[in-house]
Amino acid sequence: MLEVQQLNVAYGHIQALFDVSLSVNEQEAVAVLGANGAGKSTLIKSIMGWVQPASGDIRFEGESILHLQPWERVRRGLALTPEGGRVFPDLSVEDNLRLGGYLQPEEAIREDMATVFELFPVLEERRKQIAKTLSGGERQMLAIGRALMARPKLLLIDEVSMGLMPILVKRVFSVFSELRRRGVSILLVEQNAFESLKVVDRAYVLENGRIVLSGTTEELQADPRVRAAYLGG
Amino acid sequence: MSDYVLSVAVFVGIWVTLALSLNILTGFAGQVSLGHAAFFGIGAYTSAILTANYGQSFWTGFALAILITGMTGAVLGLPSLRVRHDFLVLVTMGVNFVVVALFKYVDFFGGAMGIVNIPAPSLFGHTFRGGAPYLILVWVYALATLGVSWYLSKTWTGMAFNTVRLDEDAAAAVGVSVPRFKIYAFAISAALAGGAGSLYAHFIGSVFPDTFVFLESIAILSMVIFGGVGTLRGPIVGAIILKAAPEMLRFVQDYRFTLYGALLVLMMLFQPMGLLGDDSWLWTKLQRLFRKGS
Repeated sequence: MLEVQQLNVAYGHIQALFDVSLSVNEQEAVAVLGANGAGKSTLIKSIMGWVQPASGDIRFEGESILHLQPWERVRRGLALTPEGGRVFPDLSVEDNLRLGGYLQPEEAIREDMATVFELFPVLEERRKQIAKTLSGGERQMLAIGRALMARPKLLLIDEVSMGLMPILVKRVFSVFSELRRRGVSILLVEQNAFESLKVVDRAYVLENGRIVLSGTTEELQADPRVRAAYLGG
Repeated sequence: MSDYVLSVAVFVGIWVTLALSLNILTGFAGQVSLGHAAFFGIGAYTSAILTANYGQSFWTGFALAILITGMTGAVLGLPSLRVRHDFLVLVTMGVNFVVVALFKYVDFFGGAMGIVNIPAPSLFGHTFRGGAPYLILVWVYALATLGVSWYLSKTWTGMAFNTVRLDEDAAAAVGVSVPRFKIYAFAISAALAGGAGSLYAHFIGSVFPDTFVFLESIAILSMVIFGGVGTLRGPIVGAIILKAAPEMLRFVQDYRFTLYGALLVLMMLFQPMGLLGDDSWLWTKLQRLFRKGS
């Protein structure tokens, strides 16, 4: 479904990604794990179209999407849950969700909003509340809900665990399995390897802009390097 | 109503329209412009040239002023696709200077002598320069501008403007075509200001480059910010107060721009939402009063 091929990205003279290749198949959940500064955000920005790579290709459903603007990529079926629950702070929960369904007909918006409220009941209680008054966890849920409103084929999730209490991380992650059951593919970009590996099928490890390791969840959980660096022994 | 009060009321109506139209661009879509007087001028000159030099009727001039200024707005909005925030402010400023220079130095626009002998509008065979009919015309147009603003705030277009203002990247991430809505905002805002320009030209009967200078852009922006940027009530009240006060109080007229400048500084320091903005002191008080009363 998504194929990133030999991607090289540079900001001026500073190269951020080196020959990064990865893929996400239909109905699959894949994680890209890495520390701060590993190039995770750059990867997300390239896939969304905010950053143009120096070389390489990004293909979605068999076609290159490099020439497409960010909003055109959303139209193709990509959606993003941005880092740190970045929602529209001055708009209500409901308006944020409606905006997520910006490209959808009114009927779909109503249906999907009901689905989101089912997944995150707290959002329904707060539907009239202004987004910036939500707690960090609620904002993350709203960000995920907003992305779901676009009826994505592939959901990109950027650092959802950042700044969240462990209990909330668990709750947010548990929603991902539910999403997969509904047929949404997921690309999770995360520092939190421990929780990520519980919900994905495969993962890549990104270090200093390079993919240094990849494999199924079981393989990575058993890998001594991963255990040492990311899973706390 | 005396002629004097009438003409003040006409001016106030025109500036209410200008403030509301700038509010669509700056308050709704978040594109701060210090060049709005350029669009005001383009509308005024379009209408003036078409009627005074080419014998068209006021109504043709008025309609084409709206259309042509709107199209110019769309073109002059193109830089907003490349630059953001402070840089865009500088670009809009530059555009204002260029437009005024063209009015001043290109013969087609009458040069420093401007365009004179602009005919008054006529309806059913009656000509009306000033008077109650003209006042009504101006305020009907101001109301129409308010109507457009209100309608926009209720539609997806208005929603898209909101997203562009709040977070361009996030807007794109939900599928909003950011450039398209920036251009829409520039075009709609300019078109409405163009109509105000036409009404101004036919009221005064002549237009000169100096009316549409950068300082006027600041005045219009002051009205929007003073009243409460992004609301509908704010720009209306801001324009009424800031336009009427100097006209009514003779001694203020000479220090008009001192007043605008001082008010801008004070508002930014103490009430950045404006006099009647959503969280402003006065608006909160008024709402409480209203709730008690009802």
